[in-house]
Amino acid sequence: MASPGEATVQETHVGKRKKNPARYWQEPRGEGKDGQTTGQAPHKKEEKTQETRKRKQDEQQNDGKKFISGKSDPFPGPAPIPEDRVQKFKRKEKTKKPPRKHYKLRDMITRSEEASEMAQKQAARFDLLLPEDAGFLEGDEAEDTCTISQEDIADAVDITSGAKYFNLKLSQFGPYRVDYSKTGRHMLLGGRRGHVACVDWQCKQLMCEINVMESVNDVKWLHSETMYAVAQKKWLYIYDSNGIELHCIRKFNDVLRMQFLPYHFLLATASATGFLQYLDVSVGKEVAAICTKTGRLDVMCQNPQNAIIHLGHPNGTVTLWSPNQKEALVKMLCHQGGVRSVTVDKTGTYMVTSGMDKKMKVYDIRAFKPLKSYFLPAGASCLSLSQRGLLSAATGDIVQVYRDVWSTPVSKPYMAHRVQGTVWGMHFCPFEDVLGVGHGQGFTSMLVPGAGEPNFDGLDANPFRSAKQRQEWEVKALLEKIQPELISLDSNELGKVDHSTFEQRHQDRVQALGYDPLAKEKFIPKFKKKGRSSAGAVERRKKQVAHEDQRDEIRETVEDKMKREKERKQRENKKAALSGQTSALDRFKR
Amino acid sequence: MKVKVLSRNPDDYVRETKLDIQRVPRNYDPKLHPFEVTREYTRALNATKLERVFAKPFLASLDGHRDGVNCMAKHTKSLSTMLSGSCDGEVKVWNLTKHECVRTLQAHEGFVRGMVVRFCGTSFFTVGDDKTIKQWKMETPGYGEEEEPLNTILGKTVFTGLDHHRKDGVFATCGQQVDIWDEQRSSPIRSFTWGVDSFSAVRFNPVETELLGSCASDRSIVLYDMREATPLKKVIMTMRSNTLCWNPMEAYYFTCANEDYNLYTYDMRYLDKPVKVHMDHVSAVLDVDFSPTGKEFVSASFDKTIRIFPKDGGHSREVYHTKRMQHVICVKWSPDNKYILSGSDEMNIRLWKANAAEKLGVLAPREREAANYSQKLKEKFRHHPQIRRIAHHRHLPKSIHHQTKELRIMKEARRRKERNVRKHSKPGTVPVVSEKEKHVITVVQ
Repeated sequence: MASPGEATVQETHVGKRKKNPARYWQEPRGEGKDGQTTGQAPHKKEEKTQETRKRKQDEQQNDGKKFISGKSDPFPGPAPIPEDRVQKFKRKEKTKKPPRKHYKLRDMITRSEEASEMAQKQAARFDLLLPEDAGFLEGDEAEDTCTISQEDIADAVDITSGAKYFNLKLSQFGPYRVDYSKTGRHMLLGGRRGHVACVDWQCKQLMCEINVMESVNDVKWLHSETMYAVAQKKWLYIYDSNGIELHCIRKFNDVLRMQFLPYHFLLATASATGFLQYLDVSVGKEVAAICTKTGRLDVMCQNPQNAIIHLGHPNGTVTLWSPNQKEALVKMLCHQGGVRSVTVDKTGTYMVTSGMDKKMKVYDIRAFKPLKSYFLPAGASCLSLSQRGLLSAATGDIVQVYRDVWSTPVSKPYMAHRVQGTVWGMHFCPFEDVLGVGHGQGFTSMLVPGAGEPNFDGLDANPFRSAKQRQEWEVKALLEKIQPELISLDSNELGKVDHSTFEQRHQDRVQALGYDPLAKEKFIPKFKKKGRSSAGAVERRKKQVAHEDQRDEIRETVEDKMKREKERKQRENKKAALSGQTSALDRFKR
Repeated sequence: MKVKVLSRNPDDYVRETKLDIQRVPRNYDPKLHPFEVTREYTRALNATKLERVFAKPFLASLDGHRDGVNCMAKHTKSLSTMLSGSCDGEVKVWNLTKHECVRTLQAHEGFVRGMVVRFCGTSFFTVGDDKTIKQWKMETPGYGEEEEPLNTILGKTVFTGLDHHRKDGVFATCGQQVDIWDEQRSSPIRSFTWGVDSFSAVRFNPVETELLGSCASDRSIVLYDMREATPLKKVIMTMRSNTLCWNPMEAYYFTCANEDYNLYTYDMRYLDKPVKVHMDHVSAVLDVDFSPTGKEFVSASFDKTIRIFPKDGGHSREVYHTKRMQHVICVKWSPDNKYILSGSDEMNIRLWKANAAEKLGVLAPREREAANYSQKLKEKFRHHPQIRRIAHHRHLPKSIHHQTKELRIMKEARRRKERNVRKHSKPGTVPVVSEKEKHVITVVQ
């Protein structure tokens, strides 16, 4: 108890205090020892602290805080924050400070960096207060988690969570596409043969159910749960949550797949005719129509980090698109057969593709490099990534869930489940440990522990929001709708310094002025008195600053040369050593 | 088997009764907030647009003078009181909160040239074309009492300007020379002359209270120390300065309003080159006044506009004009940093907001927070071309707009010519003279 406090007291006591004045009530003891011995009985130490309390208050600023009681603060200073948690909130590296003569800029940078550091720390501190923990599933020893059935999980967990595992038997209008709203509260089902239903799935409440009497290719929620888009046989339709048709958009025909970009209010559609079209749902205008010239587009996904659309093609390529460019931003050859499914993780770092060559590949899409390649015997027809990075892959009527596909080579799935029919659509529910699977015989809601983000942000997507809160959010979200022109591969581009434009402008300025206003002044040696300014001294001083602009380059090249030389030498040494190893007759060399 | 599935208790996330406010759990994880920069940019753009929408700077027009307003004075103790003197010798005391004149007195015959309130706020001084200095009581004379000055000093020549010491009973006037007066005496305790000239303005330094600056008609600005017998130094410029104003926060900086359409901020220690040249007016600048924070100043010009400049900015951040406002003679920045008063030729005093889009009155905490946030955003993204274009756009009267364009063309032509001359002459014979150095002729110690 309170051991750290006593320890500090002990330390301060040693060497600093003079010996105590002798009191008649104290038993006589060796006075010289008293001041010097470090290991004392605890009760004596306490006496000491009481006696010297006052002086300590005056003197000891150096070791933490002292309370009036004489105890020292066992945990002085602000509470430490774990480094990784701070790292999580770090936006970018520290900026290099400009030279001292730009003191205003320097000061500004210093201050802004201080502020951002403080914000980072505060956010990291706040992380401790988050109420929920992520889910998990662990088998007993020698028990494989993928052998655990959904029924077992549903039995093991509480009733409300158990009720999230359910099957909807809808064999009539078969195979179903699935979509969850941004808050994860509402679910949209679109049957191939025209059945469209939206459900508040957590309280199992049917919001509307219609049959559009046409084939349905895809369904998608728009920004909130009041509206959804349905890609039907010919046109694109928009319905409200009561099933009333709001719009029939004749500009969008033969749509096969859709993606909604929530921060841009854009509905991106890929059609059978090879067109990628963007519809601004806040104003109802077509933003861009791009002819991809790659045939039927039925594989599509979005990068949630930068709103780039990924399309998969039958020739095995995956192309990246933004509405601002008529050409693909990037073309990647991913598979030897056609691409069957593409998905991108939440952080926009990894892309997972599956193809007709029965392979599933993981790419780093910041560097466009393949990371891992897996062979699935039947090939995955549908892929979906959860918020916490679980990957679900559907092979025929089996849904497999994998964990950590990009960091470690995975040999067996985390979970597996067989549904009644062939899987047609699959989607992880945001903020829930639930995977929705639409298949030939209806819909299955699976429990996948550890899939969803445990702590939502109430101002962004709040599953528990009221109608009023939703309306307020809608207004706010519309106000900060990002313009489609700002979609680019790097979403943080706006926050960076634009060097090239500055250089261009500077050149123009130099042209207009006839001289360079930012040029460094030529060094003119000062006239120093008392004979120090001889011609030779002036020349020497001039030489000190001569070629200053080239010095860095020269230094670099010299360093480079040195390095190369060193490497060459090392290589030679190694070679020599190797050759020395191989020959047994070396010992006779002289 | 060990299993845990996310299951949230709605009681933790939904308010208990309708009387509570809604619960908003936050998670600041950057992964949950994509497009951070672009969303902030959009917000900044919206804030900038809203600022332009809400920019309604004009508050009130105080009319009542029967001739052009020639000078104004801030009350030193009361925020709501302001004095103005007109070209017919009339002085009016205004209550700014009620926008009404509380007192009128006929102070001089001819112009009221200068006016200043004593530091204690109980009396004020006026000088006029009738060669008199008069001291008046601040409070209105009682019923039946005559409106007459406390004190009248008859000078030998016309006084053109007046300023009072910050702490002592000493004031300075200018005319043909700069005089320092003791309030108790009827003759100046000190007179400064430096060559034959007439002075148009004199100002005490508010920080180093013994220092004075004055503008002379021989295009010079002269600095004095009251404790010495002779002036300190002067700088001669290409054109005449009309007035000057000391920075109330940085003792050695002053700004002068020049006839050549520019304002110049000088460091009084290094007069050979102004610290900054403030350009934007298209006619002579007649008056200048610093904000009490010393970060900005307002200038009044013959081109019928007033402009607000940051103290270290070359161009104005704001321009105010109305259809009916004529040549602005005098301008003052209110001591609470919120308002600007301008007196102009057409007999009106106008009350403006210093921040055009600022909401007046008490702000709710959330309102204040939102305003601060949007201000910060605007600052953060102010260099982005679209935002800068919107923030800098001002509608100008046609004449001023054309004149600005014309001046720009003239300047460009001059620069082009100079460049060509430099190109075709021996290197080094036509040196590059910076804009700052161009307007200073010489400094005399």
